[in-house]
Order: sequence, then C-alpha cells, then structure tokens
Amino acid sequence: MTRTVRRIAPPAVLALVLLVFWEAMVRLNGTPEYILPGPLSIGRTLWSDWPVLWPSLLVTLQITFLALLVAVLGGGGLAVLFALSPTVERALFPFAVVLQVTPVVAVAPLILIYVENTLVAVVLVAWIVAFFPVLSNSVLGLNSVDHNLRDLFALYGAGRWRTLRLLRIPAAMPFFMAGLRIAGGLALIGAVVAEYVAGTAGSGTGLAWRILEAGYRLQIPRMFAALLLLALTGIFVFLLFSAISHLVLRRWHESALPPER
Amino acid sequence: MSDSDRGGGGRGSALRLEGIAKTFSDGTVALEGLDLDVRTGEFLSILGPSGCGKSTALRLIAGLAEPTSGTVHRPAANPAAASEPDRPGDVRAGDVRAGDVGFVFQDPTLMPWATVFDNVRLPLRLIGANGPAARHRVEEALAMVGLADFARAHPRRLSGGMRMRVSIARALVTRPRLLLMDEPFAALDEITRFRLNDDLLALWRERRFTTVFVTHSVYESVYLSERIAVMTARPGRIARQIVIDPDAPRDAEFRLSHGFAEHCRGVSRALQAAMEERR
Repeated sequence: MTRTVRRIAPPAVLALVLLVFWEAMVRLNGTPEYILPGPLSIGRTLWSDWPVLWPSLLVTLQITFLALLVAVLGGGGLAVLFALSPTVERALFPFAVVLQVTPVVAVAPLILIYVENTLVAVVLVAWIVAFFPVLSNSVLGLNSVDHNLRDLFALYGAGRWRTLRLLRIPAAMPFFMAGLRIAGGLALIGAVVAEYVAGTAGSGTGLAWRILEAGYRLQIPRMFAALLLLALTGIFVFLLFSAISHLVLRRWHESALPPER
Repeated sequence: MSDSDRGGGGRGSALRLEGIAKTFSDGTVALEGLDLDVRTGEFLSILGPSGCGKSTALRLIAGLAEPTSGTVHRPAANPAAASEPDRPGDVRAGDVRAGDVGFVFQDPTLMPWATVFDNVRLPLRLIGANGPAARHRVEEALAMVGLADFARAHPRRLSGGMRMRVSIARALVTRPRLLLMDEPFAALDEITRFRLNDDLLALWRERRFTTVFVTHSVYESVYLSERIAVMTARPGRIARQIVIDPDAPRDAEFRLSHGFAEHCRGVSRALQAAMEERR
C-alpha cells in the first residue's frame, strides 16, 4: 500500500503543481482562450463537448483495434510462415522492411485514393505502422529457441508443426508480447495519421479529425480536450497490453516476476 | 521391476561405433577413427579433455547428427527388440525408435513455461503416448528422482540440482534402453553432484539401461562407470579403455578406498597420455 503511494505520489504532485502553475499563468496574464486555454477551461470543454468527442473517441478506438487485430494476425501469421520456411522469409522480409521504412504519411494519400472503402483504407494505414514490430519480434522469438530443446524434440521424432506448437510458439511469447505493446502505441499513431489524411472523407469522424476541425475553427480548448483524450487512449492501450503480457507470462518469464528477496 | 536384470548376464552389444569420422562444415575435424562397443546394460563413461569431440560423439549416437564416415549401430535399429513384451506398463509408441534413447544435456534444458510435470511428460507426448498410462509414467519418473511434490512447480522455482533431476526424469520417462548423458553434473556443486551420482547409480542398478556418460572428471568417471573410454584431443578417438572394478560397492566408502585412488591414478595417467598423443 505505502509502496503504491510512494510510486504514484511524486508524478501526481508534479502534475498538480504544473497544472496550477499553468492555470495561474493564463489567468494572471489574461491569455485569451484562442491562444492558450487553462486546464480548467479544457476540463469544462471536455465536459460540454463530450457528446461530440465520445463518438469520435469510439471511431479512433475502432480503427486502432482493428488495425492491431490485423497486425497481430498478419504479423504473427507471417512470422509463423517465416519460421516454417526460410525461403518464404528470404522472399518476403525485404518487402516488410520496405513497408516499414517508407513514411506512412507519404503513402497514406495513395492508399486513400486506391482503396474505395475509407474505413478499410484507414485501417490499412494504421496496420502498416503497427504490424512490423509484431512481425520482427515474433520472428526473433520463434528463432531464439534453445538448441538443446530443439535437439530433444528431434530425438523424440517431433515434426515441424509439433515443434512449432509445443516449443517455438511458447518460447516466442515474451518477444511477441513486447512487439504487441509497441504495436499498440503505433496503431494509435497510425490511426491518427490516417484520419488526418482521410479528412472529412472518413466515414466516421475520429479524434484526430476533431482536432483538425477545431483548429480551423479556432476552438483551441476543444483541440486540447481531444488531445487529452488521445493521450489517455494511448496510455489505456499501453496498460491494456502490459496487463495482457503480464497475465500470459506471469508464471514463468523473468520480466513478469517480482525480484527475489 | 521385472526387467531389473535385463542384459545383466547376456551382455550383448547395445551400441557399436565403427570407424566414425566427423568433419564440420567449417572444416573442423572433430572425430577420426572412433571405434566403440557398448554392451547392453553397461555403464560406460567417455572421458576426455574439453573440445575433444565427446559431445559430438554422443550426438552421433543419439542420431542428432550424421557421421561423415563410419557407422553407428544403434539398439533401435533392431525393431524386434524394441517391441519386446517385457517392458511393463506398455505405452503404445507411434515410432519404434522414438523413446528408446534418453538424452540428458549439460544444462537441464527445461521449458520454462511448463510445469515440472509437463516437462517430464514431453517425451511421451512427442511419441504419441497419452492418457492415464502416460500420467502414471510421469508420476513414477518424478517419484524416482524424488520430486513427486514438485510436479506443479515451474522450473524457475527449483534449485540447479532439482532441475537436473527433472531433466533425468524426463530422459527416463519413456523407459529408454539407452541413456546418453553429456556432462550432466558439471555445473553443479560437489555435494549435489555426489548425491546425484549416487541417485543415478541407484536408478541404473534398478533399471539397467545402457548408459553412456560423457564427463571430463576423472573421479566422476571412476566412481560411476564399469568401463571408461579415454579420448584423445581433437580429432578425437578412443585412446584407451579401462575397466573399473565392477564388484566394488559404489558408496562413500568406495570414494575413500585405496582401490578408488588407484583407479583414479591409472585413469589420470591414461588421460594424460591420450592428450599428448598427437597425430
């Protein structure tokens, strides 16, 4: 209990001090809201604009999680394929790298032109950003199995699939989970980028579009409110996947175990 | 145990290596002209300096690698023997060969995500043995190494010696006729090593599986084996074979006895001579 307090108290106090300072500066200087709103004003806007922001948050979340789902299935599936066939890996991996290193902001407009369904296009953009860490981490994990354990499986005549299922996939889980945590954050970034590019063409209007829209209209407090929601979403996604990772690995992996006394 | 004295009298050949040579793809000649005959139920140690190809020889015996030239006659090459009816609690195996050889590595080599029970059950799963008979086998193997109470634990919670016991239980769970051990106790402290030596001998006396035990410890090889094959430096071959008094009781007394010291002296000299042999 006291340990939790000791861990949470310092950042909480610091945040409070900064917010009070911010509010005080805005009030003392009489800064107009369209230049810099104070935290209280942002909080009020969050409350009053909730009916607009909440549906947008849902849209952004939907894109993020759809992209993440495809990234997990695609990245994980491709990694398994690579693990089973080095030839396939040699053939496809360079393209995965190309996809990863090309700035997604530059590719997004093209995707939006060629993919008719905007939701599909937006998810595709977010997926491009999110899938690589899942893929590369999973490949690394699947290939980092103890050689003696592999020999043991060979000794008992285990085939490729059995070795994959009983040995390589479990051994890759910590790597996969690390990739997933990175991918979670990246999927959100991808979703925001895609929304920016898609603009009003988007079927629903996500938080990123709300930020742009509010910017055009000089509704600066709403920009901040939407930004706050995006940040909270990012934290939520990160915590969610940290929790999943912990649940999956808690019984055996060093990363999920408390240090011994 | 109905098969406790299997092979004790007959002593047919369990394993024969003939003119084995192994050259790795990088050009390293690990073994050359290696001949070795292991009798059924025998406890044989292969003793040699580091890097002499002991482990390579063991991998060849296990079938985990193929020799560049020469032949390995394994017991499993005889399917009739493998399906002989006197193996109690018979578990149907999909493959005759699988499960006939147990291997204990230098490290415990356990799957950290699986419980002790599941680790020991692995070989049975891989050869397609499931159900209550298999569960019983696992429990039996765990009891054999004194870890019945740790079935639900994960390897991380165990000490180094206990992990090695799990590894031995896993190698024995299929009731192999041939047990291959690659310096299994090298990383353990001496007290634990002594205890595991005794436990291994007890199991071997009860089960009489043919054992090939690779070690670089003169004392360990003398204490455990009926016969010691001393290897030369790389490229490795068998330089000398020394029979250790098979009737001496292997216990704390034996370690302190004059005979033990004599054997150790003799084996040390042989090892010294083998290491100086250059070709």
